[in-house]
Amino acid sequence: MSYFFQQLVNGIMLGSVYSLVALGLTLIFGILGVAHFAHGHFYMLGAFLVFFLSVSFGVPYWAALVIAVAVFCLVGVGIEFVYRPVRDKSDINAFIVAIGMLLVIEEAVRAVWGTGNRRITNPYPQVLKFAGITLELQRLIVIGAAIVLIVLLHLFIKRTRMGSAIEAVAQDREGAALVGISVNRVSILTFSVATGLAAAAAALAAPLAFIAPDMANTLVLKAFVIIVLGGLGSIKGAILGGYLLGVMEALAIAYISPAYKDVWAFAALILILAIKPNGLFGGRD
Amino acid sequence: MTAENLRKYGVFIAALAVACFLPYIGISKFMLNVIIYAGIFSIATMSLNIIMGYTGQVSLAQGAFYGIGAYGLAILTNKAGLNFWMAMLLACLITAFVGLLIGLLAFRTKGPYFIIVTLCFNFIVYVVIKNWDWLSGGVRGQKITGPELFAGREARYYLVLGFVLLTLFIMWRISRSLEGLGFMAVRDNEPLADALGINITYTKIVAFMISCFLAGLAGCLGALHTGYLSPTSAHYLLSFNFIIYLLVGGAGTLYGPIVGTFTVYLALEFMKGIGEYRFMIFGIILILVVIYFPRGIVGGLKSLWKKVAGSRQAEEGA
Repeated sequence: MSYFFQQLVNGIMLGSVYSLVALGLTLIFGILGVAHFAHGHFYMLGAFLVFFLSVSFGVPYWAALVIAVAVFCLVGVGIEFVYRPVRDKSDINAFIVAIGMLLVIEEAVRAVWGTGNRRITNPYPQVLKFAGITLELQRLIVIGAAIVLIVLLHLFIKRTRMGSAIEAVAQDREGAALVGISVNRVSILTFSVATGLAAAAAALAAPLAFIAPDMANTLVLKAFVIIVLGGLGSIKGAILGGYLLGVMEALAIAYISPAYKDVWAFAALILILAIKPNGLFGGRD
Repeated sequence: MTAENLRKYGVFIAALAVACFLPYIGISKFMLNVIIYAGIFSIATMSLNIIMGYTGQVSLAQGAFYGIGAYGLAILTNKAGLNFWMAMLLACLITAFVGLLIGLLAFRTKGPYFIIVTLCFNFIVYVVIKNWDWLSGGVRGQKITGPELFAGREARYYLVLGFVLLTLFIMWRISRSLEGLGFMAVRDNEPLADALGINITYTKIVAFMISCFLAGLAGCLGALHTGYLSPTSAHYLLSFNFIIYLLVGGAGTLYGPIVGTFTVYLALEFMKGIGEYRFMIFGIILILVVIYFPRGIVGGLKSLWKKVAGSRQAEEGA
């Protein structure tokens, strides 16, 4: 039984990362309709920035995390400008722009840091033992920090004017524009928040595993699966979907087969969409 | 022959004439190899054009169907010991049948949901091929031997050229047939097509099955030419490539897929000298093309020609 709980905790840890990445993506894809397929690559870039700061410059871990998030909020503004000409065109145009972007990022990272695996020293390697579960402190920090970030995002969207503007555009872009909300400014804000979240997720999870230029290839695919399952643009759906996928994956690795670990999620998605073509939580057309 | 016809067929006939004698005008083995691959990939891109360009459904599973065709051929000849041509036909039919099954599920969804479903399917096919060792050979891959006749590179070139022309002919017939018009009606306005009595799901599935059949054909040719199969033959990056070729060439145009495939594939091969940086440059070019030439090379040239012809007419009129 303790083995099961061990896997469950691992799954929740994984789910925390998935949720943070999927949250950003659901804001971008669901609200602005931009298929930002390079989102995972910005996660990877965030991990490398933390690596660069903490290993090459000796910046303390938490400072590196804050710097990375701040830098990536600015990077998000830049991304928005790249997408702006294709934002209102068909889905596939933005998708191709994203492919172009991720090629550039991946090769740039390879050129600077090489193709090999890198490792960020785990800032909290202490191991906790509790009711038969062993847990590195850093894993607990990932889980806790993800919850804090999700609550902060919720407060930002529900309690601030800027956040309400994002929600208004999500509900009805033309309506929002009619009452004087600048869709461009909301778009910039959305990309900024989403990219910052990806950097935060990367900075939190990076010390737990190797980082490499190709680490994000399946991550972005999973994030897309999550937001489609949760219903495009649904914040609640992205959070629940993220944790669900994380737990499902951890259990599938433990009990079924690690070789097919990625297949279950994708197969489940195809089946669920065949039954409910608009995702589990409704979602928009 | 009028000037209009000359413009229409002149380029095609000139290109065909060059293509017929290409192996004998002193190009290197490497170059011929690259051109054969470009030909094979242009069949796959044409197959994508049916479902994406004409029917308007962006499928990211084309790489999977390419792989299913390739592995189908390999398994049918190696494990079942079938005659090569029989196996090839059967492999294409199997690919179309898998397309039917996936189409029945996937076409319940639309737009971005459809894109994600097809991408997930491609990922599943890739992982299954990688891990289903006794059938596919796993990561070790498997060898494939074609008929004696096509052991030489030149012979394979003409085989591929023949199939490229055949596929082009099929595309041309489709674009002018009632079914083809049905595909385009679904692409341009689904509710209207529905109101006119076109069975939307049936139309999409027919288009998808033709598309899968041709993708499988490209996979068979790829397997024959390479002589060796590895799971990367079904990778989803292949699907991305086909989409890039199609968009650069021009989706929904007859020659777009071929022009796009040759342009992008040859350019990337020639840029190999500068190492991996070529993908960085390619990425930037890709972004610029999609932003400034959203209709691709052929689409762009067409509207340019219309502008030139239009201004000439205006001058004559004045």
